[in-house]
Amino acid sequence: MSRYVERAENVARFIEVNLQLMLDAPAGEGQQWLPLVNTTGDHEEFTKRHGEANEQNVIQFLTFDPENPNSILSCVRAARENARTVREIISSEMWLTLNKFYLMVTAAAENEAVALANPHDFFSEVKNASHLFNGISASTMTRAESWHFFHLGRMLERADKTSRILDVKYFILLRSAEDVGTPFDDIQWAAVLRSASAFEMYRKRHGRLAPRRVVEFLLLDRQFPRAVSHSLSVARDSLHAISGTPLGTFRYSPEKLLGQLCSELVYASVDEIVESGLHEYLDELQTTMNQVGAGIFETFFAFKTPKSRKPAGQQQRQ
Amino acid sequence: MRFDNYDVGGFFDELFTDKGQPRSLGRTLVNNIQSLPEGELLNRQRAAERALLQMGITFNVYGERAGTEKIFPFDLIPRIVSAAEWSRIEKGLKQRITALNLFINDLYHGQKILKDGVVPAEIVLSSKAYRQQCRGFKPPRGIWCHVTGTDLVRHGDGQVYVLEDNLRCPSGVSYVLENRAVMKSMFPQVFAQSTIRPVANYPSRLRDMLEYLAPDQVTSPRCVVLTPGIYNSAYFEHSFLAQQMGIELVEGKDLVIDDGQVWMRTTQGFERVDVIYRRIDDDFLDPECFRPDSMLGVPGLMEVYKNGNVALANAPGGGVADDKVVYAYVPRIIKYYLGEDIILPNVPTYICSEEKDLKYVLEHLPELVVKAANESGGYGMLVGPHATAAQCAEFAEKVQANPRNYIAQPTLALSRVPTLIGDHFEGRHVDLRPYILYGKEITVLPGGLTRVALKKGSLVVNSSQGGGSKDTWVLAGAPEMDSSHPDTTPDRLAPQSTAA
Repeated sequence: MSRYVERAENVARFIEVNLQLMLDAPAGEGQQWLPLVNTTGDHEEFTKRHGEANEQNVIQFLTFDPENPNSILSCVRAARENARTVREIISSEMWLTLNKFYLMVTAAAENEAVALANPHDFFSEVKNASHLFNGISASTMTRAESWHFFHLGRMLERADKTSRILDVKYFILLRSAEDVGTPFDDIQWAAVLRSASAFEMYRKRHGRLAPRRVVEFLLLDRQFPRAVSHSLSVARDSLHAISGTPLGTFRYSPEKLLGQLCSELVYASVDEIVESGLHEYLDELQTTMNQVGAGIFETFFAFKTPKSRKPAGQQQRQ
Repeated sequence: MRFDNYDVGGFFDELFTDKGQPRSLGRTLVNNIQSLPEGELLNRQRAAERALLQMGITFNVYGERAGTEKIFPFDLIPRIVSAAEWSRIEKGLKQRITALNLFINDLYHGQKILKDGVVPAEIVLSSKAYRQQCRGFKPPRGIWCHVTGTDLVRHGDGQVYVLEDNLRCPSGVSYVLENRAVMKSMFPQVFAQSTIRPVANYPSRLRDMLEYLAPDQVTSPRCVVLTPGIYNSAYFEHSFLAQQMGIELVEGKDLVIDDGQVWMRTTQGFERVDVIYRRIDDDFLDPECFRPDSMLGVPGLMEVYKNGNVALANAPGGGVADDKVVYAYVPRIIKYYLGEDIILPNVPTYICSEEKDLKYVLEHLPELVVKAANESGGYGMLVGPHATAAQCAEFAEKVQANPRNYIAQPTLALSRVPTLIGDHFEGRHVDLRPYILYGKEITVLPGGLTRVALKKGSLVVNSSQGGGSKDTWVLAGAPEMDSSHPDTTPDRLAPQSTAA
């Protein structure tokens, strides 16, 4: 549930930032819409169905396409459906907020043209609904197991999206070497940071815009809340809060993988990463994060037969 | 908006005695509504509908695009019940539930009431809801019908009658609670000026009742709500009640039987379950005991239940007491077990298997409503005043061929409540379903679900046939009734009187 809300928010931010960016692009500069589809990993499906990417079909695909499981509409629908199945666990304020979010997006989907005539308003509403949901969750949920699952899902999603945006944008941006140092280059890097709500915080940390510092900030910063390293380390804390395993040790495979990943990010340096290939690095990172997600499902939610039944206390000692 | 032209139309109206004459219990509300600026009531009606939609109190509309949900229609004008009338209703319901519980227990043990010929044995034993599997079983604390929703109607004579007993997981109480929450935000002044009895503690009472059923050796019982799943039309209610009680909502696949106990899967392994508020019919509860093709239940559950290691509410087998033909015998059942006359009368019912009644029914078909005992949802039913002569003749044959399967009742003139229709008020027919909990004592929720037939002239209040709901306000005032009936202790389940 939290994962889908986070995803909807990220997609809304990507689109909005790109819309702003295109308004600043020099006349004749190619419109960059396909990379947006890459950030949700639906490149192939999109090309198969739409062919050439343009502003209109990309926004439609990412916002209201019910066939695209990662569109804002699909995400909000899935989040609300998940919330229905755990409604007795979450607070009624969370349910109410999520349901209003759902009704807002479905109403907009019934009249796409109106919603997209003023895209800024619509995407702001989506982002605000997600912030509201997270804020209400943070202030109404006991910090017990269900909160930690909620938090874990959100943080894994956030780490995934930040790494993808970095992957897609770094690749794109490095190609236009002739732009380096031009005003538009600066604007493009600022846009990358804004896609992760990171621009102002980056400024405070590093000052001028430099590609490696941007990578360092989004990937390795330990204090910025959307940085991969930070997101994964708080995800790890929640995972251990759920399992009861002391930090720094592991009992289940996702604990091991996530712990290794966090250490890797803590001790990595941006120069090493870029020199050995950022894309390969991010690719491996995403593979490991997927394994963590699958491992969590396997460990905590997969159907177990009665033979494995042990009261909670006993299982913890095994 | 004003009530000046509101016409009671010759019916008993719950809010007005005559044109422009509100009953004393409705004066505060009527004055408040009439003092609102023009258009404000309609704004509030829309605001209430929006709030219900946002709260997600919806049902799925089948046959339309996925995700099409509608709210159960809601009307702002409440039904108001006086303290004195409620006190009588409450007393009557407690009497009825006490007797029905003794009746069910007797049926599965000595069957004295059948042996004494008060209720014909063949009628009970042929009921679809009679469970041979429950013979000789003693449910925890001697209680069979833990949650009951009894449908009441008021006839043109002003008398409140019991129309139907619902002992099999009746639904709708969540609407009562959510409707009230919405009404309090719509009419805060009226609530401030009146003494409307609160309903919000129902989930606490329900939880107390469930915990009371736990096996003796359990000190802090774990209770769960068992739902057929997210696609069930009452799923909203199941999750709402679980949330409000602070207990887990589970499906059959979340529970396993092992070592003579019921266990629930959790992320931390398995935890023992002591009490199950099941919202699944008997038939689907345990494929090893009832329907073998059920995918919803828990194999082996009944065995654990019979051994006293888990409690189920409501108890399997209890549905026999809300059979339509058994209903007709409830006045005699009350007299038999309690030695009392019935407080809240049944709708007069003709039992076609009794010769005198059969003769009357056949002679008066065009005035009567005839119901088949083993059908529900309006099937196998004849509404005499709306039927043709040919339909009556056809039904007469059916009744004569199998009289035991039919009962008949006079057509009732259900009371009405003003209802917002377009931009004005019109009277619409209503019924009332109060909810009764049977735990350590019997408690009746002061209020209930008022269902309203929104179609002009219609007597059918079901949501599938254009029905909606209203809030029900029970006014405080008269001294509180004693909340428990003296004859409900488990040791005293034996009939007090054998006099028929």
